Amino acid sequence: MSEFPGADFIVTGIFAVVLATTLGGALIAVFSTRLIRSVSGLALCCIGLAGLYYFLHSPFLALMEILIYVGAVCVTIVFALMLAEPDEPPVTKAQRRGTMWWGGGALLVGGLLFVMLVRLGAGMPGEAPVERVTDGSVAAIGVALLSTYSLAFEMISLVLLVAILGALVIARPGRSNP
Amino acid sequence: MIALHDSPEIYLMIAGLLFALGVYGLLRRRTLIGMLISGELIFSAASLNFMTFNRFLAPDPAVGQVFVLFIMGLAAAEVAIALSIIISVYRNYRSINPKELSELNG
Repeated sequence: MSEFPGADFIVTGIFAVVLATTLGGALIAVFSTRLIRSVSGLALCCIGLAGLYYFLHSPFLALMEILIYVGAVCVTIVFALMLAEPDEPPVTKAQRRGTMWWGGGALLVGGLLFVMLVRLGAGMPGEAPVERVTDGSVAAIGVALLSTYSLAFEMISLVLLVAILGALVIARPGRSNP
Repeated sequence: MIALHDSPEIYLMIAGLLFALGVYGLLRRRTLIGMLISGELIFSAASLNFMTFNRFLAPDPAVGQVFVLFIMGLAAAEVAIALSIIISVYRNYRSINPKELSELNG
């Protein structure tokens, strides 16, 4: 690969760390009972995902993942956690049985989905394309964004504007009389 | 020997795992914010899938990246709207337990 001694091992080690970060973050996000830990798990998972994007030859998206998900989404969720009730209500005795059934069913659905997706993905990968049209660099993304996908680009800015206004309109009333 | 990080299967497997975890959390969580977090995991799984096929199979590697950028923008908008709905629900009901939000429930 390269001249540097043990470069392959270093790359594989970094990949393993990134993988463990993603999976560990996702597991924390789903299985912890305190919601603040859950948000932290989501942030960890997004940092791992940024590393995976880097391994997928897209440093720009790795940056955007950290910027948008960790910097914006997770912080916004933390603010909402501080404003609303932070934790799940404790399970009462009467609910316990139903909750266990529900959790088992959810686990079953999740496990089945995972097994089916893995089986689907194992046979999927086809041939690599003979020739790449662009090199997938930031310049290529910029050209694509402002030429082929300019309409979608404008629409997403419209969606973001409407989302901001809608969030203000929804959350604004009732401020004066809590 | 082909390196682990150069084969699409491992990425597809992680994306599948993220999706399954997200669906599990969406079904199991009993607070709206917890469900929102699981939804974000599902978004991430979709983005990772796009990026994998973009890296290994697409003739134009810019397309998938543009798509994932759009997904991120939509996710951010969705989070903003959902959180403002959650906050206004909490203000009106003093609870974000989905079971108690049954006013429209006929």
